[in-house]
Amino acid sequence: MGFPDRIERTVELAHPPAKVWAALTTAEGLGKWFGTAGAEIELRPGGSAWMRWDEEGFTADMRVERVEEPTVFGYTWHIYGLPEDDPRRTYVEFTLEPSGAGTRLTVVESGFAQLSEDGYSKAFDGNTEGWAKELGELADYLDAA
Amino acid sequence: MPPDIEAVAEQVFAALADPTRRAILAALASGGPATATDLAGRLPITRQAIAKHLALLAEAGLVTAEPGERRRVRYRLRSAPMQVAQQFLAALARDWDGALGALRDHLDRGAG
Repeated sequence: MGFPDRIERTVELAHPPAKVWAALTTAEGLGKWFGTAGAEIELRPGGSAWMRWDEEGFTADMRVERVEEPTVFGYTWHIYGLPEDDPRRTYVEFTLEPSGAGTRLTVVESGFAQLSEDGYSKAFDGNTEGWAKELGELADYLDAA
Repeated sequence: MPPDIEAVAEQVFAALADPTRRAILAALASGGPATATDLAGRLPITRQAIAKHLALLAEAGLVTAEPGERRRVRYRLRSAPMQVAQQFLAALARDWDGALGALRDHLDRGAG
C-alpha cells in the first residue's frame, strides 16, 4: 500500500567500474543497451542527453545532474505519460562500487510521487468548488422538468 | 509528499474500475465536452445512468460541469487527477529490471 516515490535496484556486474561507467555515460553505451536507436550525451552537470527507441518511436530527453567519475552518475527525465510541458521530472542516480573484480551497481529513481505547485492546485481545486456539483444538480432538475 | 496524492489516485482508479464510467471518460476524452444527453446518444446507456455517473465523477473532480447551450450542463474531462494517477502507473511501468538485464548482456557481449 502506498504511492511508490522511489524505485531502487542493485545488480552485481562482472566488469570493472570503468567499463560500467562507459556503458552508462557514453552515447555509444547508452544507445546500445538502454535506448535501441542511438543516444547522445553531453557529460557535465546541466548537460543535455537523449536516447531513442525505434519500436516505440520514442525519444527520452535527459538533463545530466551529477558526474563523479567513476562512482556517481545522475540525470533527470520526464515522467513517462505526462504531457510534454509538465514540469515534473524523476531523478535517476547510478552508484558504482567496486566489488571484487566487478561492480556493484545501484540505480535509484525517485520523484514519482511529487506534485508540482501547479499540479497540486490543478488537481485539488475542483474538489472544493461546490458550484460544479450544484450546477450538475440544477441540470438534472431542468432536464427532468 | 502530500497525503492527498494517494486519495486522488484512488479516485481515478475507482472511476476507471467501472465499465460505464470508463466509457463516459473515454467519450469525453475522444469527443470533448458533452452533456448527459449527448453521451446518452453515443453510448448504450440510459441518460439517467449517465447523469448519475457524471455526478459521481464531478464529485471526485474527474470531470467538471460548465454551462452549455440551452441551459444544458456540459461535462469536461479534468486531466489533473489523471496526471496524478499517471505518476503511479509510470512507477509501475518503469522497467529497471529489463534495462539492467540489457546492461548486463551488453557488458558481457563486449567482454566476450
